[in-house]
Amino acid sequence: MLAAVRKSVGEVSSSLTGLLGEIGRLSAFTGRFLRSALSRPFEGRELIYQCYAIGYHSLFLVVATGFIMGLVLTLQLRPTMTDFGAVSFMPDMVGIAFVREIGPMVTALICAGKIGSGIGAELGSMRVTEQIDAMEVSGTNPFRFLVVTRVWACILMLPLLVIAADAVGLLGSYFIESTRGQVSLALYFNRAFSAMAMGDIIPATVKTFFFGLVIGVVGCYRGYYSNKGTAGVGIAANSAVVISSLLLFLVDFIAVLIADIFYEI
Amino acid sequence: MTARQPQHGQEPLIEIRNLTKAFGDNQVLRGFNLQLFAGENVVILGKSGSGKSVLIKCLIRLMEPDGGDIQVLGKSILGLDQGALDRVRTEVGFLFQGSALYDSMTVRENLRFPLRRHPERAQGVGEEQLILASLRSVGLEHAIDLMPAELSGGMKRRVALARTLILKPRIILYDEPTTGLDPITANEIIQLMLKLQEELGTTALIITHDMDCARVISNRVIILYDGINYAEGTYADLSRSEDPKVRAFFKDVNQRHHASI
Repeated sequence: MLAAVRKSVGEVSSSLTGLLGEIGRLSAFTGRFLRSALSRPFEGRELIYQCYAIGYHSLFLVVATGFIMGLVLTLQLRPTMTDFGAVSFMPDMVGIAFVREIGPMVTALICAGKIGSGIGAELGSMRVTEQIDAMEVSGTNPFRFLVVTRVWACILMLPLLVIAADAVGLLGSYFIESTRGQVSLALYFNRAFSAMAMGDIIPATVKTFFFGLVIGVVGCYRGYYSNKGTAGVGIAANSAVVISSLLLFLVDFIAVLIADIFYEI
Repeated sequence: MTARQPQHGQEPLIEIRNLTKAFGDNQVLRGFNLQLFAGENVVILGKSGSGKSVLIKCLIRLMEPDGGDIQVLGKSILGLDQGALDRVRTEVGFLFQGSALYDSMTVRENLRFPLRRHPERAQGVGEEQLILASLRSVGLEHAIDLMPAELSGGMKRRVALARTLILKPRIILYDEPTTGLDPITANEIIQLMLKLQEELGTTALIITHDMDCARVISNRVIILYDGINYAEGTYADLSRSEDPKVRAFFKDVNQRHHASI
């Protein structure tokens, strides 16, 4: 019995040490990115390509998901809103819900799955096949070329993808409302935006930059330091999604706490 | 074609002194020493897992050794900052065992990649001309727009060699250059290495366990055993050695030789 308890304590202790070590290494990796992010030389051409690859190639998925979320949210809300006689507040409700939380969080989680795993697998594969070593021996800094460009692209593209998701989500909501009564698109959007305050828009937009940072850094970290072998590539891709999804909720919580202080939302 | 004769009596291009490296309890290198002179082709023979690849990666600091000193072109590379290390690395080409071509880029882009970061190497010639010349030297001018996935194993190795040579390094490190290739393609790669060395005057350190490669290409062979340079000499000298550990390397080759007689 005592031996079993000791074994369990040992395992918990070892897992905890591993977790703390991982947090430390991820923090050091983030620090390295921040130090390299604004210093020369810049890999401008690669950054533009990564913005295209990350932004454009995720657009359809984000837009489709946003539209469906708009449809579903409106359908789910309608009966309750009708009971309270508040159907006319539907654009206000959906607009605020999308801009503050649903748009950023759903988009970030989709991007963690698509972009984070893609970056993890790509860099992991490059590590396994010694392509990263090949860059290093040719006198190129692979961290700048591979990591800095990808993380910057995530930081820059995520807010744009969130804006697209928000807009299309509202469009989806309008689509449902237009089938139930006479409402114009302009009026619907006008109602939605006039209900929003700066306290809804600014914190929600600022946090999307941090969401991009989380997705980019975690994906790059897991891929850049993936273990050798094909299994390492799979683990890198999978763990990039799991870790970044968890961190996204944590960052979201912190962002809401901070926004609450400044805007009393 | 046979190996070019080295220029002894000069300062060595690479000097390794008492190199040590361990992974946990596994002491891979226990005090390895080496001098590589201009024009030489030195082959390091060793069993799988004997630390050959670790040694060659320590040489350009893809791995950090635990102890000892490595001088490359008169500079102790272990103390160099990133900028100085990158400058030394442009003088030392590295051919990876798996070719390590960037698989998201075409052959042209693979060769352009190091040139874009070191444009001074293309001065007076032009980037495109240099890429074409480099590919022509390995006989693959026609593959310029292909992706690495469209190339055979031998072609990948040739493109990787062209990419290594495009910065005109003074020293080339070959990590198992013939591993995974059929005997005919392996021989083509060996002849290509000799041809390029003759034309460009490079010096080479070759890690291999391919005895045919060692026989054809080497001026000098070092046997890495138990983490040290256990035996050293020409291929012919070592093949006649009475030491059982050295004989073990040449056993199959000698048996084949006797069978053919």
